[in-house]
Amino acid sequence: MKHSTFFWFVLPSAILMLAFIALPIVSIVTQSLYTSHEQVLVTVENCGPFGCTEVTSVDQDATQALKAAEPLGKWAGLDVYKDRNHLAVAEVASAWVNADGLPDFGRTLMNLPFYAALAFTLTYTFIVTPLTIVLGFFIAVAVNAVAKALKGPTIFLTLLPFIVTPLVGSLIIFWMVDARGILGTGLQWLADDPTLSVKASTPLMWIMLMFYGIWHSAPFAFVVFYAGLQTVNTDSLEAAMIDGANRWERIRYVVIPHLFPLVTFVALIQLMDNFRVFEPIVSFSAYAHANSLSIAIFNDLGGETRLLSSAAATSVLTIIGVAILLSPVLVRTYRDFSNPR
Amino acid sequence: MSNKATAQPLSIKFLTSSFLVFWLVLAAFPFMWTLWGSFKVEGDFFSKADWANALFGGMTQAETGGSFTNDGYYGAWVQEEFWRSALNSLIVCFCVVTISLTCGTLGGYALSRSTHRYAFWFLLFALIFRATPPITLVSGYLLPFFEWNLWGHLSTTIIVLVAINQPFTLWMLHAFFKNIPKDLDESAMVDGCNRFQAFRHVIIPVMWPGVITTGLFSFLLAYNDFAVTTMLLSKENQTMVPKLASFLGTTQTKGNVMFAVAAVVSITAPLFVMVMVFQRQIVSGLTAGAVKG
Repeated sequence: MKHSTFFWFVLPSAILMLAFIALPIVSIVTQSLYTSHEQVLVTVENCGPFGCTEVTSVDQDATQALKAAEPLGKWAGLDVYKDRNHLAVAEVASAWVNADGLPDFGRTLMNLPFYAALAFTLTYTFIVTPLTIVLGFFIAVAVNAVAKALKGPTIFLTLLPFIVTPLVGSLIIFWMVDARGILGTGLQWLADDPTLSVKASTPLMWIMLMFYGIWHSAPFAFVVFYAGLQTVNTDSLEAAMIDGANRWERIRYVVIPHLFPLVTFVALIQLMDNFRVFEPIVSFSAYAHANSLSIAIFNDLGGETRLLSSAAATSVLTIIGVAILLSPVLVRTYRDFSNPR
Repeated sequence: MSNKATAQPLSIKFLTSSFLVFWLVLAAFPFMWTLWGSFKVEGDFFSKADWANALFGGMTQAETGGSFTNDGYYGAWVQEEFWRSALNSLIVCFCVVTISLTCGTLGGYALSRSTHRYAFWFLLFALIFRATPPITLVSGYLLPFFEWNLWGHLSTTIIVLVAINQPFTLWMLHAFFKNIPKDLDESAMVDGCNRFQAFRHVIIPVMWPGVITTGLFSFLLAYNDFAVTTMLLSKENQTMVPKLASFLGTTQTKGNVMFAVAAVVSITAPLFVMVMVFQRQIVSGLTAGAVKG
């Protein structure tokens, strides 16, 4: 295809992605280097019959004027990154010096908002992703064995948790595990503890969030593996059987190697999606127990005072995290392209 | 399919079917439960006293005189004006799907036909953009949107959602166009068409299956989005999902959780219908990227 034709064909997409994805990334990097203006203070001397008092007040007009003149705020360099809500350099250094062994250091870190959010995000990502793949694989194997007439309805029901809006799906689960809901009451009965409440316990909340994550994305893994199973070569399966392979060995040495490229694909998509875990924490209103990087940004942006610089700094750190997660895949894609098989 | 290599002894059959039944209950029961409960009053939906109330509606009977009530739906749709959000959702989804497919087909077609190195880089950057969490971009939008008075409008959100959708759309349509033989449009060009005419007269007639599949996923992204719509839309322009989230803030204190439950069912119902009608396309779309590489 000629260069100029290519250019005109991709132009609309390119403009959209440049303006609304590439430029905002530049914009958050810039924004994170600034911090909001301090309010302009004026000191006025009030003199009355009993002497003079000095009153300090906020000069609203001057503050507004300053904000209008420099909407980005004032230059802060890397200060926003180093403050307590982000990398907390000073706090970490002092904790490192004062800590009583590694566990104590870890506890101090978990009290810093950024590290707590990072810890939850990473735990969530690296627990949910493998379990999703395993569960999806088992569902695919089970559905594959179902009679043909039942396959349609089975797949329909299986897809539901994945298709339904994450905020809605997690709300439904949340209502059920509420202390007054059916699952919550069931749990209380099982544990024989009428005060048990998922909302009040951090470990239970983490488990519920991860349970939701697996429930939501297992159908995706299922569909991919199911499609893969349709293309397993029955001849190789029969050959393996003639060679004396039992059922498990056939799965282990024929089916799993066939599905392996799909595992990397599912893992890649799941890593990207789980790293941005956001909606379940909102609907579980789990802010007190679990925070993810996305939630940290969301909280900074919401509310009366929009902490744009703080949100921007967390965003930049999140994107760096995504880049690190993705780097093996990117390198592999690049290699595949450079030496096509 | 009943050959020896795939045949299963009874014990394994039993094991897989019971696992499957367990999973199906796990997948579908929460939705059935919520649908059933949405026609009850709060005392039954959260039935601390007697779980059978949730099934038979004891409190609902006591409060309204019938086993089922539409109070939740009435409160959400009429009192809290959920219909407005439903309308907004409809507008947003329709525009997002149309615009992203228009841009995506052009771009995806060009990417699938170009053999130059920059086409690869284009796709690689799209992959990186696909991995960027939308909420991080939102913090980049807010300041310029406030400055230029773009914040709060449906049209701004539509464009943003289209842009966020673009990387995925491009990848999917790229994979799809790769499967349409090159000879098709090249022979048209030998016959004297230029590239665009070849696209218009030869490719467009055969591209619909892939476009429909991609469109479904664009629709899902726009319909399900919470991060962008909640931050970029003003209160009166809210779509259904952020409206639901606002119910959680305001109505839980008023004791009207049932509004939220009704809203949840209302948001889920169209998705049910969609999966029922387009199940095959959804399955093929989810696997398109994986199986074809």
